[in-house]
Amino acid sequence: MSTSSLVLTQAQARPLTLRLHGWVTTVDHKRLGILYILYALVFLLAGGVEATIMRVQLIRPHNDFVSPQVFNRMFTMHGTTMIFFVAMPLVFGFANYLVPLMIGARDMAFPRLNAFSFWMTALGGLFLYFSFLGGDGLYGAGGAPDVGWFAYAPLTAKTFSVGHSTDFWTLSLFSSGIGSIGTAINLIATILCMRCPGMTLGKMPLFVWLNLVMAGLVIPTISPLSAAQLMLLVDRYLGGHFFDTQAGGSAVIWMHFFWIFGHPEVYVLVLPAFAFASEIIPVFSRKAIFGYPVMVVATVAIGFISMSVWAHHMFTVGMSAGANTFFVLSTMAIAVPTGIKIFNWLATMWGGKIRYATPMLFCVGFLFQFLIAGLTGVMLAAAPFDWQLANSYFVVAHFHYVIVGAILFCIFGAFYYWSPKVTGKMLDEMLGKLHFWLFFIGFHLTFDFMHIPGILGMPRRIYTYEPGRGWDVWNLIVSIGVIFQAAGVLVFVGNLIWSCFRGKRAGNDPWDAWTLEWSTSSPPPEYNYAVLPIARSRRPLWDLKHPEDPDWRYE
Amino acid sequence: MSAHSVAWGENASDWRLPPRGRVGMWCLIGAESGIFTIFVVAYLFYTGKSTTGPQPGDVLHAPIFYTICLLASSVTIHLAVRGIAANRMASFGRWWVATILLGATFLLGTAREWIHLIFDEGLTISTNLFGTTYYSLVGLHAFHVTMGLLALSIVAAFYFSGWLRREHADRLEILSMYWHFVDAVWVVVFTVVYVIGLSR
Repeated sequence: MSTSSLVLTQAQARPLTLRLHGWVTTVDHKRLGILYILYALVFLLAGGVEATIMRVQLIRPHNDFVSPQVFNRMFTMHGTTMIFFVAMPLVFGFANYLVPLMIGARDMAFPRLNAFSFWMTALGGLFLYFSFLGGDGLYGAGGAPDVGWFAYAPLTAKTFSVGHSTDFWTLSLFSSGIGSIGTAINLIATILCMRCPGMTLGKMPLFVWLNLVMAGLVIPTISPLSAAQLMLLVDRYLGGHFFDTQAGGSAVIWMHFFWIFGHPEVYVLVLPAFAFASEIIPVFSRKAIFGYPVMVVATVAIGFISMSVWAHHMFTVGMSAGANTFFVLSTMAIAVPTGIKIFNWLATMWGGKIRYATPMLFCVGFLFQFLIAGLTGVMLAAAPFDWQLANSYFVVAHFHYVIVGAILFCIFGAFYYWSPKVTGKMLDEMLGKLHFWLFFIGFHLTFDFMHIPGILGMPRRIYTYEPGRGWDVWNLIVSIGVIFQAAGVLVFVGNLIWSCFRGKRAGNDPWDAWTLEWSTSSPPPEYNYAVLPIARSRRPLWDLKHPEDPDWRYE
Repeated sequence: MSAHSVAWGENASDWRLPPRGRVGMWCLIGAESGIFTIFVVAYLFYTGKSTTGPQPGDVLHAPIFYTICLLASSVTIHLAVRGIAANRMASFGRWWVATILLGATFLLGTAREWIHLIFDEGLTISTNLFGTTYYSLVGLHAFHVTMGLLALSIVAAFYFSGWLRREHADRLEILSMYWHFVDAVWVVVFTVVYVIGLSR
């Protein structure tokens, strides 16, 4: 303890420029993890502002808060930002910070590759947002990208997308894609090659297992996206014809290439959310996770099945009956391992001494909301149902239920659970509960009621609508929900900043948890562990605290 | 300092894990395979769909000699790595330089083929769908060969300045995995472009 606080005071005594230089040149997995997370939080606010602009525009029919052109840019930037520059950096940030600590390692397998990956991702975000200034190019047309987050051809062709906005979008996804692949390589090598003595694959915390599968999924997922971006660059800069239907090219093949990335991407994001829940729920239920081997098998099964479901995004394109049937069945099959996981978390809570601290509140919200998200998912997996509702607000409500209701809720839970380890200070519990309830109410106002205009036929991405179609009141409620969500996020950011300076000291192990990261100081010293730990069970810290009743007797 | 300090177990010295360089390179090869797969799928999907000429059958000739050069370079790099592992530095140097020369010959072959196609046949990346898919697939592979040659040349520079020693054998073996991968990709590209693409 004394050594690390000494290091800290020395660091604080250095001038600001040197300290900033230290952050820019760092290869420490903990600092890079923090950089990822801070970077994502900035973009979370940007993406939130874009969503708010859309909801203000749609609050009543015939509104003219923004022009149709600006509306197109807002939904494109909102989607791209939230997926690539909020969700991805958040899950990578937590994985970066926590995986080496949990497996008792000094750092990631390739620290310099780690820094390279972060800065490539950062460059991608800069590209995307520079388009607001540079997208006009020489043509005086464009601005930010406005082709939608999946950028279907021929919208992206030079003819229909004049200026450089689409180029910035492509370059941004390509460079952040290189960063993602680098991080995935690093995570796999770290988890396979850097575990502390005794931590066999079967004794790794579930968090590590889920992130291993996530990283394994990133590699076959992001590489097709990068390839498709290269093709788009060839089309736009070199006059190629990949997606040029005039010259025999195909617009549909872009859809395939994009969704071969797009659907596994959902699992790339949701597996780390499962990882957070799989650590938080046992600790706050005071029980070991129920069915560890089944959880691992279900995760690996999700990883494999998720790569064969992509064309359920394309039922309305007009595929053959055989293809439709295959993608209906594979999509429904993925509900099985996912359902197994929900039952395992419930069984972990069953009979436990549950503490409803803020991290647990968010995880319980996740369980409940993820179930509903899965149910609408099974509905949309049925091709005839999808023909009716594809591209409607029902679909928008469904995937926001997954991304906000499941993934973001778990990420918020993870913030409350692990930030005491990162900053050494507890987040304020009362503000945390306020954040939870505000966000919970806002989420349900917005996304529960968003299903209804979808069923009533309201398409996504329209900038306004006629009165008297029965959509008005639902859109009003949906937009009111945004106020609560925004208030919740502001309380959260305020809580983060306030507790950093004024929070209660956390100590090493504020939650009485069982994984290795809680055995070192908060924040951990640069070298993580003075003595390499050994693991004899899945809960090495439990064994240390309870030498009379260690887990390895029963595993 | 850790509050709960943990001691090493009796069996800690038996603890063995896979080498990280090798695992990392396998993952990189996996990601590169994903990128190549998409380009190969596009090439196959678009074969015969060009609305204007020239078509592959009119202009393409299989580069057998240069293909043999590239495949032979896989053998020479293997011999080089075996040489350094056995501390036979002179043998390493010979085979390593041979690998670079064979790789450079292959690139020369690609360059000559492209010059012929561009200036004699009038086929560029924007001429038709065939040009787009051909230059991007073969070009993507040639880019990987170039990157490999760059890495091999850096190692050669270290060798000739006398800094390369036997303990670097592991790293060179990992680099040779990349080179073998680039060769294997060429087998696929050759089959797709010069066998399947010409027979349709």
